[in-house]
Amino acid sequence: MFPMTDIWLILPEIMLIVYACAILVLEPFVSSSQKGILAYFSLAALALAGFTSFRLSHLDYAAFSGMYLLDPYSSFFKFLLYIAAALVVLLSMNYLKVQKINIGEYYAFLLIATAGMTVMVSGGDLITIYLGLELTSICFYVLAGFRRYEERSIEASAKYFVLGSFSSGVLLYGISILYGLAGTTNLKDLSAFFAVSSPNSSALIVAMVLLIVGFGFKVSAVPFHMWTPDVYEGAPTPITAFLSVSSKAASFAVFLRVFLSVFNGAQQDWQAILIVVSVATMGLGNLVAVAQENIKRMLAYSSIAHAGYAMIGLIVGDKLGIYSLMLYLMIYSFMNLGAFGIVILLQRGGMSGESINDFSGLSKKHPFYALLMLVFMFSLAGLPPTAGFVAKFYVFMAAVNAHLAWLAVVGVIFSAISAYFYLRIVMVMYMKEPAGEMKLAASPALSIALLVAVAVVVLVGVFPGPLIDYAQTAILSLRQ
Amino acid sequence: MENFVLNDLGYPELTLLLVIPLIGILFLAFLRDPKKIRVVALVTSLVELVASLPLFFYFDPSTYKMQFVEGPYPWIGTFNIHYTVGVDGISLLMVLLTTLLMPICILCSWRAIDKKVKGFMSALLIMETGMIGVFVALDFVLFYVFWEGMLIPMYLIIGIWGGPNRLYAAMKFFLYTLAGSLLLLVAMISLYFAGGKTFDIVTLMTVHYPPGFQLWIFLAFFMAFAIKVPMFPFHTWLPDAHVEAPTAGSVLLASVLLKMGAYGFLRFCLPVLPEATLAFTPVILSLSVIAIVYGAYMALAQNDLKKLIAYSSVSHMGFVTLGIFVMNTQGVEGALLQMINHGITTGGLFLLVGMVYDRTHSRMIADYGGIARPMPRYGAMLTIFAFSSLGLPGMNSFVGEFLVLLGTFMTHRGMAVIATLGVILAAVYILWMVQRVLFGPVTKPGNAGLADLELREMVVLVPLLVLVFWFGFYPNPLLNFLHATVSHLLEQVNAAGSPPPLADQLINGELFKGLL
Repeated sequence: MFPMTDIWLILPEIMLIVYACAILVLEPFVSSSQKGILAYFSLAALALAGFTSFRLSHLDYAAFSGMYLLDPYSSFFKFLLYIAAALVVLLSMNYLKVQKINIGEYYAFLLIATAGMTVMVSGGDLITIYLGLELTSICFYVLAGFRRYEERSIEASAKYFVLGSFSSGVLLYGISILYGLAGTTNLKDLSAFFAVSSPNSSALIVAMVLLIVGFGFKVSAVPFHMWTPDVYEGAPTPITAFLSVSSKAASFAVFLRVFLSVFNGAQQDWQAILIVVSVATMGLGNLVAVAQENIKRMLAYSSIAHAGYAMIGLIVGDKLGIYSLMLYLMIYSFMNLGAFGIVILLQRGGMSGESINDFSGLSKKHPFYALLMLVFMFSLAGLPPTAGFVAKFYVFMAAVNAHLAWLAVVGVIFSAISAYFYLRIVMVMYMKEPAGEMKLAASPALSIALLVAVAVVVLVGVFPGPLIDYAQTAILSLRQ
Repeated sequence: MENFVLNDLGYPELTLLLVIPLIGILFLAFLRDPKKIRVVALVTSLVELVASLPLFFYFDPSTYKMQFVEGPYPWIGTFNIHYTVGVDGISLLMVLLTTLLMPICILCSWRAIDKKVKGFMSALLIMETGMIGVFVALDFVLFYVFWEGMLIPMYLIIGIWGGPNRLYAAMKFFLYTLAGSLLLLVAMISLYFAGGKTFDIVTLMTVHYPPGFQLWIFLAFFMAFAIKVPMFPFHTWLPDAHVEAPTAGSVLLASVLLKMGAYGFLRFCLPVLPEATLAFTPVILSLSVIAIVYGAYMALAQNDLKKLIAYSSVSHMGFVTLGIFVMNTQGVEGALLQMINHGITTGGLFLLVGMVYDRTHSRMIADYGGIARPMPRYGAMLTIFAFSSLGLPGMNSFVGEFLVLLGTFMTHRGMAVIATLGVILAAVYILWMVQRVLFGPVTKPGNAGLADLELREMVVLVPLLVLVFWFGFYPNPLLNFLHATVSHLLEQVNAAGSPPPLADQLINGELFKGLL
């Protein structure tokens, strides 16, 4: 049994859920023009949860008999998730008004999804992980269909639901095989079990492959990426941003934790599979993104491609690999949220702001926002002196250190290709004339989110030291 | 620090040079009036020029060691990445060339750039920081950040303020150079692990790497630098970029950016990878000679003035790589002189093309003819720079080309003979161009009333004109800076002895051993 005081360790999650429930209760009493209050309410919830997590971040402790791990690694990802969720709330405020979906439940789902993801990254047991994953996914299914009068949004929701539950099923199947082999779902016990006994290796491989499929779906790795473009296109844009950043980061966090503990002995096997997956992901993501005309679809393929780069860190799997992955996800979050922020800025209902051509001449009409987008695009392309370069630099460094220099070369070649479509946005903004009047759905909240994102992208690009040091201290406990 | 010579100026000279343009941009941010923006940008670049003069006066030419060194200050402590800057004879000259050209570039854009002036001037100043950064960085990561970061302002300069086909040219320029640079990134990381986990360039030079490994690193370096130079067959981005870029962009591209490729060969390939350098020498010498002749032939066929000069650049840069890789004192010093002189001369030619383009908005040779009559000062200037370009004795380019050919003749007679063909062809395409543009009757009636060069334009050209004759008659000041650095460089290469030729390495599988 575990001490009852363990309950204090999940205080951040409890707070998020309580606040979410409070929003559901309060919602009917807030007049439709005042829904912004609920956004501030959820920001307060995130801040409070963040503060509590911060107070707990010094711990390295397995709570609830090892079901729930509090370690620096999970704290790192929790901070990422809170910040990303807060930025998404800021991005959403005006967007919901413009799209006429200003409903309070939106924020409630956002908070619950965040709570689900924090459970995922803290999961010390495959069941806890699965619980968090489902909690998150169900919220996302709903959120993706939030623009309920819009066909594409409903399509996104339905598609995500069908494919998502299928992949969850596959994941669960993998978990059940592991349980059958070892008689436990606890990560530590599984790791200990496979370290001493060599069970029927083909069953282990099957379980491993099933888990790769499950997690691969969540991080949108090729060939499990099919849902990504459609869902990203149809979902409300802030949700797309949220999905592309938080869901991916949390899933990678779990992916890494599970594979480095449970399948530590079989690293050779999953490395080989993931190398193929990673190359395919980088390749398909970058090549198909070139052909996109819709900016949300382009960013969807770009996010697929970035999953491929991040996966290099996972493949390497040593110390450098782990924190290059953590660094990558952290940096990617800010630059991608920033890019989506600009897309939201251009969306004034209907299809506006979705086509890449809608960006024509943005620099002439709104030079400041165009400059921000320029920074985000160059950062996504991985050019110095932006944070995107730092992210790629360490991933490639990890690859070279692990004698996978060829993988780094493949990565840089696709990176050069990716520059084409990121630069295309810059080109359209700066080198084409505006097609007509350009009104923006600007709001103070959105501007704050964009400024935060751009500040991080530039500062980390120039002075990456502190973030790297933090990531380094956060991994120590992961591998014994 | 025995590796360094400290010339104590009492202040961080090189950091100052990196920061001044950025401070200028800060001032620009608060201005709206284009006139004031131009003035502030010009003043910034002039301050920078003055600030760079102590380098010239306090440099100690008797040693090869790095001077004016600042650092190493930890930047990313975990990975041993530092902020270290310093110059030797080679980078010193490149820095001075950059600071000299920047005011000229700003002045020549005075009228030509009338939209988004603030953006343009900011991009130019960022370029200045970037270019100086590339030449003074002594930490590989720092070098790379400047090297690749500089693509952004140049992309914007071509893409926003360029000619009709600018989008294509800007994208091509960007993707070509980026592809090369990214390979450089992987090679750099590999060196880090092989060289004892350091990015310090001077330290990396002292490590001996296994030959098979060197070959791979060399290939990656070669891609990056050869695209930048550009060497045949990686040159195709250059004519497009030159033609579409605004005058200031063309000048910077020809005078400084191309030199970075050659600088990369000198700074990294020769001292860090001596054995691979020797193994690849035959390949690179052949490509250089091809570039010399091919560039000249292509120049002969052009009817667009900028394209003609662009191809002549390919040819002239062929001399630079030829000189570097014959690896004797004459060759390398000649190559370095050629780098500086090509910057001065080709910069001048692009400025002159820009000046008529501002008046007629045409770069086609056929649209001119006899314009020496309405524009006598222009005629004189173009003639002088053209003669300089074709290597007339008494002018700057002659010295460099002569030394390169001399160096080549000592070791590779056949190559020297073919390369000389390039000199002859240069005379043909340059003189033919001058004749078609300047002399004879005025063919287009509109051209009869062209205004001659005004004071601002003369101010732009005269400094370069002075250098043309100064370095033509008395190149010793330049060579003095180079002797110690170059002889040390050659010692570093020759210390490697002679590795088996590349073909043997391939057959013995030496190349693939490095991969494992």
